[in-house]
Amino acid sequence: MPPRQGLRLISITLALSACGGPFPQSTLHPRSDFAVGIDRLFTGIFWWALAVFLLVETVLLITIIRFRHREGTPAPRATHGHTVMEIAWTLAPAVILVFVAVPTVRTIFATAGEAPADALQVDVIGHQWWWEYKYPELGIVTANEMHVPVGKPVRVSITSADVIHAFWAPALGGKRDAIPGQINRIAFRADSVGDYSGQCAEFCGASHANMRLRVLVDSGPAFRAWVERERGGPAPQAAGSLAEQGRQLFARSACIACHTVAGVSRGAIGPSLTHVGGRTTIAAGLFPNDSSHLARWIANAPALKPGSLMTRMAPPLTDADVATLVAYVQSLK
Amino acid sequence: MSHPAAPAAPAAPAARHSDQPRGLASWLTTTDHKRIGLLYFWTALSFFLVGGLEALLIRLQLAQPDGRIVSAETYNQLFTMHGTTMVFLALMPLSASFFNYIVPLQIGARDVAFPRLNAFSYWVFLLGGVFLNASWFVGPLFHAGRLNVAPDGGWFGYVNLTERQFSPGPNIDFWVLGLQILGISSLAAGFNFIVTILNMRAPGLKMMRLPVFSWMTLVTQFLVITAFPVITVALVFLLFDRFFGTHFYLPEAGASPVLWQHLFWLFGHPEVYILILPAMGIVSEVLPTFTRKPLFGYTVVVYSGVLIGFMGWGVWSHHMFSVGLGPIADSVFSATTMLIAVPTGVKIFNWIATLWGGDIRGTTALHFAVGFIAMFIIGGLSGVSHASPPADLQQTDTYYVVAHIHYVLFGGTIFGLFAGMYYWWPKMTGRLLNEPLGKLHFWLTFIGMNLAFFPMHFIGLLGMPRRIYTYSADLGVAGLNLASTIGALLIGVSVLVFLWNILRTRRHGAIAPNDPWGGATLEWSIPSPPPVYNFSVIPTVVGRLTRWKTEFHEPMRDPPAVPPAPIHVPGGSWWPIVAALGLPVLALAPLAHALWLALLGAAIVLFGVYRWAFEPFEV
Repeated sequence: MPPRQGLRLISITLALSACGGPFPQSTLHPRSDFAVGIDRLFTGIFWWALAVFLLVETVLLITIIRFRHREGTPAPRATHGHTVMEIAWTLAPAVILVFVAVPTVRTIFATAGEAPADALQVDVIGHQWWWEYKYPELGIVTANEMHVPVGKPVRVSITSADVIHAFWAPALGGKRDAIPGQINRIAFRADSVGDYSGQCAEFCGASHANMRLRVLVDSGPAFRAWVERERGGPAPQAAGSLAEQGRQLFARSACIACHTVAGVSRGAIGPSLTHVGGRTTIAAGLFPNDSSHLARWIANAPALKPGSLMTRMAPPLTDADVATLVAYVQSLK
Repeated sequence: MSHPAAPAAPAAPAARHSDQPRGLASWLTTTDHKRIGLLYFWTALSFFLVGGLEALLIRLQLAQPDGRIVSAETYNQLFTMHGTTMVFLALMPLSASFFNYIVPLQIGARDVAFPRLNAFSYWVFLLGGVFLNASWFVGPLFHAGRLNVAPDGGWFGYVNLTERQFSPGPNIDFWVLGLQILGISSLAAGFNFIVTILNMRAPGLKMMRLPVFSWMTLVTQFLVITAFPVITVALVFLLFDRFFGTHFYLPEAGASPVLWQHLFWLFGHPEVYILILPAMGIVSEVLPTFTRKPLFGYTVVVYSGVLIGFMGWGVWSHHMFSVGLGPIADSVFSATTMLIAVPTGVKIFNWIATLWGGDIRGTTALHFAVGFIAMFIIGGLSGVSHASPPADLQQTDTYYVVAHIHYVLFGGTIFGLFAGMYYWWPKMTGRLLNEPLGKLHFWLTFIGMNLAFFPMHFIGLLGMPRRIYTYSADLGVAGLNLASTIGALLIGVSVLVFLWNILRTRRHGAIAPNDPWGGATLEWSIPSPPPVYNFSVIPTVVGRLTRWKTEFHEPMRDPPAVPPAPIHVPGGSWWPIVAALGLPVLALAPLAHALWLALLGAAIVLFGVYRWAFEPFEV
């Protein structure tokens, strides 16, 4: 797409795409070159299918009405077949399918995950049941909410740490499986700023339904600001604050076995929490990132996400403990 | 062309069952293909109700966002068992009930080629189905709650989720072992029917005179005997990974979990045709009878069925377009998949041409057959959209595909099977099903299925994945899901109407004459239900439409009501059921970690087969 046209498109869709919209996960509102390519292809197939549907169903309907049994109908003429007609209705669908197959193959190669050399690299790693994102060139590791700049090519390399998942943000393109031991690629260039939801599309166990994700397409300056924040460590907690008590509790409890907070812990089983306070949602896109949901989540994650590996602490955390941890987590921006 | 002006007078009902042995033992030991067909029917119908109940629970859970009817774990078991039950325990054996009952009658045979093997197939199927479903109730034996150890890895059982590391419980073991048992049943039946159809046709019944239903049965059985070994191997690998620590699918040992997907779909796609071809055969029987016209393009319909059987082997990776096989593989499998639409379309056109110019009698069977055509068109067209890999990347694993498979398997297979039930019910039971109730059943099913499954196209395109026990109201699909649930409940009501019909007509149904519909094929030349020996005299077939007058021949004369000479009918045998009983015992051995059970099961099988092999010929 020529840049000027692209920019115009961006400004128009910026106006149109309120965050989410009525169908935040629709495949019919493409917001990237990858998704637009698929959408065009599907639209073409849809019209062919609709035409065939109307034609054949109409003929069927006319036939059963016109030739329904009436009293005194003479015995029907026995027709065993008709070679010319057989050839005609063998060729007709074959010809229509050529009109489907040619753009299909063209789109297959156009959407094969090739990205220009200067594309932003994002590594996606599926986990039961959350998403890890690494930006190797930027030195960023984050979870569940991916940030990418608008109008810039992005290359996404997808794999899994455990079972097979599928990474899918419909507005930005088709899904690709996250397979352990294999790296799959998709590439896209988002054409408008927005907050696009998606979720795991390959059945991956108890909480498959709860493995959601967001892709936040930022404007250039907003993306740069996000990168700056993510690359720094978390802001220090004020001495004596609730958050500081939370940090101490965090640092001496089992949390550190699984979670990384830069400068505090290096756990690698759960998502990195270094900047978790800056995310809009928690628990892989399940809940808004607010105090009440954080408190429920920290106290008893499996109650909110069946099968979650973040089991209840034994002995259970007191409400006061949970409050300090919530304050600490919220301070990690 | 002319037809019997009026159906022949009903055979004297008093003579009907006088030659039939009675009592439970006679059913346990029966080798009569007709009785086995009925056993298949009632068993498969029961499993159909179980699978339907599971579907209703799924739909109730999804009726609104954040549903709380069942837990995540229960939901995953429900959709796994719904798929597994419908494919292996309902649709395949319902087709098998017609293979058993109708094919020997259509080819003018006294029974199948291997009657005891046929009984063995049925008992293995029953025991395999019971074994799988027992998993719902035996949780406490595994120190788990009830409703906790049923299979929960999806009917496709993708590794490595189904490996021991991620599925430590006995759930997947029940699935693997249950499917292995069922595979034995399918394979035995497959060989049996191939031999039967190839070798036991009546004189004059050349292959190109074979009724299309028998033809499609033959193609289906070739698919069964070639596809089931693939899933058997795939399951053995998984079994070894789970129990003996092998690494067939383990990525950490360098294997690729994608291997399972190739093996599963290499079986799974032919399996789709195993499910649909028999229904296509039924439609090809029902349309000519109720239009009083020969099937348009018989040869083309038969050859396109055979072609679909062959081509069904070259399309499996279209289930895997999101796996990342590369653009070349995706293009090739896309092309083969689109190609298979051609013979399928040809069948549709030939059916419509059969209706065109006919004297269409709107019986319930015809309603379902025409419904099949109308619904299968929709399923076929949505299928073309995910034959295109890029489009499929947005559609696969969403409700769009759930809509597609239900238009094909419900609108297609189940409509075809219902058409077959209304068509052959009088032959199988001696009583006609009630037509007004049948029409009510049809319209409730038709409206219910469209309300249940059409919205799923939109639900999927709006981004709802399948196999999720809960969804957010934010997706904007709550209203569509509620509509779908109402449709599912309507299907439930329609099934109740059908059950009422079959139960009521057992006593109150009109007595069926030999040929209530004016059919052209051999099964209509003998009493309803047929005597144990089927044909008093093996008929000589004069053409494809052997009982109709055509430009080529006069109608064949039906066999006499009373056999001119005594006909020997072999008695039953206990050994098929005994041999079959050993298989679930074998399957229990790994679940119980008990070697002695394996030895016991093997001993039972060996004992049964040994006694079977040396059973005196005349019993």
